[in-house]
Amino acid sequence: MSASVLYDAPGPKAVVRNRIYSVLGSAAIVALIVVAVVRLSSKGDLDGGMWDIFNYSGIRTNIADAVVATLKAFALGAAGSLVLGVVLVVGRLSDHRPVRWLATAFIELFRSLPLLITIYAIWVGFLTDYSMWALALGLAVYNGCVQAEVLRAGINSVPKGQREAAYALGMRKSQVVAAVLMPQAVRAMLPTIISQLVVTLKDTSLGYIILYPELLATARLIASNTPVDGQYPYVSTIVVIGTIYLAMCLLLSALATWIEKRGRRAKTGIAVGPSAVPPEVNGSTDAVEDGKVGV
Amino acid sequence: MNVLFDHFSAFRDGFIGTLEITVISTVIACVLGIVIAGFRVSPVPPLRFFGTAWVTILRNTPLTLLFLVATFVVPEIFFPGMSPFLLASLALGFYTSSFICEAIRSGIGTVPLGQAEAARSLGLSFSQTLRMVVLPQATRTVIAPLSSIIIALTKNSAIAGAFSVTELFGWQKAMSDLGYGIVPIFIWVAIGYLIITFAISGIFRLVESRMEVAR
Repeated sequence: MSASVLYDAPGPKAVVRNRIYSVLGSAAIVALIVVAVVRLSSKGDLDGGMWDIFNYSGIRTNIADAVVATLKAFALGAAGSLVLGVVLVVGRLSDHRPVRWLATAFIELFRSLPLLITIYAIWVGFLTDYSMWALALGLAVYNGCVQAEVLRAGINSVPKGQREAAYALGMRKSQVVAAVLMPQAVRAMLPTIISQLVVTLKDTSLGYIILYPELLATARLIASNTPVDGQYPYVSTIVVIGTIYLAMCLLLSALATWIEKRGRRAKTGIAVGPSAVPPEVNGSTDAVEDGKVGV
Repeated sequence: MNVLFDHFSAFRDGFIGTLEITVISTVIACVLGIVIAGFRVSPVPPLRFFGTAWVTILRNTPLTLLFLVATFVVPEIFFPGMSPFLLASLALGFYTSSFICEAIRSGIGTVPLGQAEAARSLGLSFSQTLRMVVLPQATRTVIAPLSSIIIALTKNSAIAGAFSVTELFGWQKAMSDLGYGIVPIFIWVAIGYLIITFAISGIFRLVESRMEVAR
C-alpha cells in the first residue's frame, strides 16, 4: 500500500483492522449490488428478453444513428464553442471599452444561466424546426463563454515579457494575439479545454428535451416502444446507453490526461542556454559586466 | 412584462421550487461527497475502489441520463411511488457528489503533510485525524471550488423541470406553451436564476472572508 498523507504504513494491529474493514466494506458493497440485482430481477427487469431487443437489427441501426446524431451535435457545438470562445476572449481583452463591456456582459449572462434555459429559448424562439441547430447553437453559446474564460486564464498566465517582446519586434496587436499569446494560452489550457469538451459531449443529452433524436431521446423511444411481455425495457436500455456515454466521455477524458502528461514532458519552445554563463562578446566578458553589450 | 404579472404565482412557485431542489440536493451532495472523499483517501482498498468507481461513473454520465435512471430504475429497486421531486433531488445530489468529492480530495492534498503527521504522533486515529485536523483545514481551500460546484448544481436543476418538478424551467416551458413571446419569458427566468446564483456566490464570499486564515 502506498504511503499517504493521512496514515502511516500500517503496523500488525492496523493490518488486521484494515483487513476487517476491507471484508466488511466489500460485503456492504456486494450486498448493495446484490439487493439491487435481486430487486430488479424479481420485477423482471433483467430477463433475457429485455436484453434480446438489442439483437434486432432495427434497434441496432437506431442506436447507431443516434450515436451519429449525438456526435454531429457535439461536433457542431464543440467547433462553435471554440470559435466563439476565441472571439469572446479577444473581445473581452479588447482595448475598446464598448467591445470589452459587450463581450463581458455576454459571457457573464450566458455562463450563469442554465444551458437548458438557453437551448429551449433558442429552440422555441428561433429554430423550432431545426432542433439540431438549436442544440448546437445553445452548446456553442454556453460552452463558448466557458472556453473564453479558460482562454483568458491561459492568456493571463503567459509571461508579460512575451507580449512586450512581440511589441518590441514591431508586431501589430492582432499579430501579438494570434501568433504569440493565443498559441501559448491554448497550449497551457489544453487539458481544461478538453475537459470542457467532455462537458459539451454530456450536455448533448439535453437535446432529448427539445426533441432532437440523439442518443438519450432514442433510448427513451426504444424503451417505450418495445415492450417485452408487457413490460418496458428501461433498465436494460439505460445500462446499454449509459455504457456508450461512459465510453465516449472516458475516451475524451483519456485524451485530456494524455495531452496533459505529454505537455509536461515536452520542452517548450527554443532551448535557452543557462543564464549564469554570459555570452561571449568580442572575446571578453568585461563588456557584459559593464552593461554595454554590443549587438 | 405581461407574462410575469399574469402568471406571477406560477413564477413564484417555480422560483421556490428551484430554491428547494437546490438546497436539498446540495445537502445530499455534500453528505455523500464528504463520505466518498473519506472512502477515496482511506487505507481500506475496497472502499478506495468503490470511491473511484463512484466518481468515474457519475462524472462521465450525462445528468439527463441520471434523471432517467432516477425515474425508471430507482423506483424499481426501492419502493415505487417516490415523488418526482425526491427522485430529481437524488439524481442531482448523486451527480454533484462526485464533483464535491473531488474538490474535497484535492483540498485534503493541500493540507501540509506535517499536520497529519503531528496528529498521528499525538495518537489520533485515521478517522480522528481526518475529522479533527485535516478536514477543517481542507474546508478552507475547498470553499472557492465548492461555490462554483453549487452554482453549477443550481443551473443543472433546470433539467428537473423537464421531469415534472415545479421549478423555473417548467415555468418557461408552460409560458411558451401558452403562447407568450419567448424573449420576455427568457428574461424573467434569467433574472430568477441570476438572483439565486448571485446569492450563492455572495454567501460564499462572506464565508470565505470569515474563514480566511493565514497559512
